[in-house]
Amino acid sequence: MTTAVLSSTAPEMPFLALSGISKRFGGTVALDAIEWSVERGEVHCLVGENGSGKSTLIKILAGVHAPDTGGTISVEGVPYAALTPHQAKSLGIQVIFQDLSLFPNLTVLENIAIDLELGSPFRPPPQHAMRQAAQEALARLEADLPLDARVGTLPVAQRQIVAICRGLAVNARVLFMDEPTSSLTRHEVELLLETVRRLKAQGVAVVFVSHRLEEVVEIAERVTVLRDGRKVGTFAAAEVNDHRLAELMTGETIEHTVNARVLAERHPTLEVRHATREGEFEDVSLVLHQGEILGLIGLLGAGRTELALALFGMTPLESGEIRLDGAPLRLRSNQDAITAGIAYVSEDRLSLGLNLRQSIAENISISVLDRLGNSLGLVAPRRRNELATSWVTRLGIRAANVGAPVQTLSGGNQQRVVLSKWLATGPKVLILDSPTVGVDIKNKQGIYDVVRELAAQGVAILLISDEVPEVYFHCDRVLHMRGGRIAGEFVPGTANEHALSEALYA
Amino acid sequence: MPRAFSVVFGRTETALAAAILIAAVILSLSSPYFLTLPNFVNLIEAYSVTTVLAAGVFVVLVSGGIDISFAATASATQYLAAYLATSYGFPAVPALALAAALGVAMGSINALLTYYLRVVSIIVTIATSSIYYALLIYLTNATEIYNLPDWWSNRFAFVRYVTASDDVVKITLPIVVMVAAVVLTQYLMAHTRIGRQVYALGGNPEAASRIGINVLGVQLLAYGYLGFLAAVAGFIQAGRVHQAVPTAMAGQELNVLAVAILGGASLVGGIGSMGGVVLGVLFLAMLQNGLNLLGVSPYFFGVVIGLAILISISMTGYAEKHARRRHVARAS
Repeated sequence: MTTAVLSSTAPEMPFLALSGISKRFGGTVALDAIEWSVERGEVHCLVGENGSGKSTLIKILAGVHAPDTGGTISVEGVPYAALTPHQAKSLGIQVIFQDLSLFPNLTVLENIAIDLELGSPFRPPPQHAMRQAAQEALARLEADLPLDARVGTLPVAQRQIVAICRGLAVNARVLFMDEPTSSLTRHEVELLLETVRRLKAQGVAVVFVSHRLEEVVEIAERVTVLRDGRKVGTFAAAEVNDHRLAELMTGETIEHTVNARVLAERHPTLEVRHATREGEFEDVSLVLHQGEILGLIGLLGAGRTELALALFGMTPLESGEIRLDGAPLRLRSNQDAITAGIAYVSEDRLSLGLNLRQSIAENISISVLDRLGNSLGLVAPRRRNELATSWVTRLGIRAANVGAPVQTLSGGNQQRVVLSKWLATGPKVLILDSPTVGVDIKNKQGIYDVVRELAAQGVAILLISDEVPEVYFHCDRVLHMRGGRIAGEFVPGTANEHALSEALYA
Repeated sequence: MPRAFSVVFGRTETALAAAILIAAVILSLSSPYFLTLPNFVNLIEAYSVTTVLAAGVFVVLVSGGIDISFAATASATQYLAAYLATSYGFPAVPALALAAALGVAMGSINALLTYYLRVVSIIVTIATSSIYYALLIYLTNATEIYNLPDWWSNRFAFVRYVTASDDVVKITLPIVVMVAAVVLTQYLMAHTRIGRQVYALGGNPEAASRIGINVLGVQLLAYGYLGFLAAVAGFIQAGRVHQAVPTAMAGQELNVLAVAILGGASLVGGIGSMGGVVLGVLFLAMLQNGLNLLGVSPYFFGVVIGLAILISISMTGYAEKHARRRHVARAS
């Protein structure tokens, strides 16, 4: 090979090559001198924890952010200092964001061919060309979707097909897919992989951007790991396994041990018998013992969050009963649940669990204001701060002081503030709904430590999750929920992790 | 054919059409005058101003915004045209063109503020509505203009027809203008690319900007178009009452929003059709007329509007909740 070869037809030249790409936001270095390439028709995985720089990198390639000067982005050998969104699109770079960026109110046809509706604003949409473009894109994937159905009525897996087709309709050469498998069942993932193989055969490169790799690594050729804005390395997919990747992503060796204990002899704190809410969950029975960590695993839409909301009194049971410490419990509202000693930490901690603009102390004390009040019902700031300080110390929340607004904390620390808020009520039962979503591996461990300590103090904990390792390594028992029903029970250590995965994604 | 039907009439529209039929049957049985041609044409003319405004509000609602300053815009543009025509003897075309330009400008101010301040449009337009009204009354000392020129206040009939019972039926300018506004809006929203972009923006604003839709441009179109139609509505309103009053349109906001929402336009954006809005107008017009003919106090009508909105919204909410629960069940 000679250095003189710069023609775009050179077979050894990668489709996309980055050299010395850096990006600073204020004082933070999001990306530091990245060297990276994607070949034609390659399947590549880009992995890293939250904050590793994955999203920044995609946004630079999509033209959303401009990189700092000094680096180059080469597409088919042509160097660019930065791309505009329009350039990125015309060069064949397409990003499918996790939310898919579709229009639920428009038809499949219009979503796929929407590019033909831009420009010449007062002319009619080119109906014929649009229909043809949509049909061609679907044909390339051998997918059969109703062109005139509204996208909002389709299941997630089909929406993903629509998003991919939209990329194909504008002649994508490389498709970046951000967390494409996070809400798919195993079968749907298979179909997605089938689609990716077709794209590959047509010379379209696919880059999976993910933190969960099990499924995609099998068809990827190479894996690139990012950590703290730097590239750790690019590896042949065959050379790395999940465990090794986790180490590369965090830079630490992580010990996984099963922590299941047998607690069936213990006092049953919460009993649920034949609980049903039509369309949400059916005939659910479970027992949660004192000091037990019970995992409840299921895919999105399996009814797990709906069940949690009912146990917290947010929605009434249509039939069945809940017993707390042996006595029947009727929940008319979540106020009843809190009074009875049931606490719930929601899945979406940012929007539902906290008032981000208020201080740590205000957030923690909100659930126990009536207990903090003096004889007139007024709450002295001093008492509130004392309460907050004690929780900040116990859970190791890193903050300047308890008067700091919650939005200034990191995700992991925000999570602990939500926990404190509920722990301050002294609950008997703590329902944790996906407590580590959006928390990276290092901070996850901190949350698991807190959960285990609470269990040791006798709190019965229901841990809802869709990640197998999370429930497998941290729960005493695991219930698998599917289609609104309890489909099986697993005891970590007795059943292996693989069996649980198989059941979940079957 | 079924597809064409479902584009013009969604589920809300079908329910509304059924309600209109039922109301029509009940009212025509209770009052013999209800189902007569003169009554029908009078009804349409009485609602022409509301319909023109609702067509504009519909566009803004689909884009994902809301605008309640249109009544102020209509009053201001009406007053400007009347002032130019009476004090400076402006002929029809320049007076109306300037009024329309003012309407577009006032609407565009709403779009620019919403876009650049990144504040929800209801807050922006509450503020601009207050500013527009106050400025108008301040600048005019609330003086009314009675001596509108003939080209404006004469009731010109495009079609004149005498029924067997000697009633005169006239198709007047407000009716023609209203039909034109409905047809233009339907064309804009269903048959132009920018109209489809309005739907896309309302359906998912984040995605719209990602795929390269000019968000500010679409918003300028939506709010500017409403400003334009507000000027048109102001013009026909003054013609019907033979005067321009600075507060002429105050209080119209609720009625207009009511018909758009009844017709299936959603406050979250992206949903609704011009056909639905027309049905919404028809429904409210019939209810009001029916109650009049039955001798119910006009003060009671506000109660009926409020109830109609509540029923319509809770039907939509109920349908969505059930769709969601079905979806959960299907995910098994």
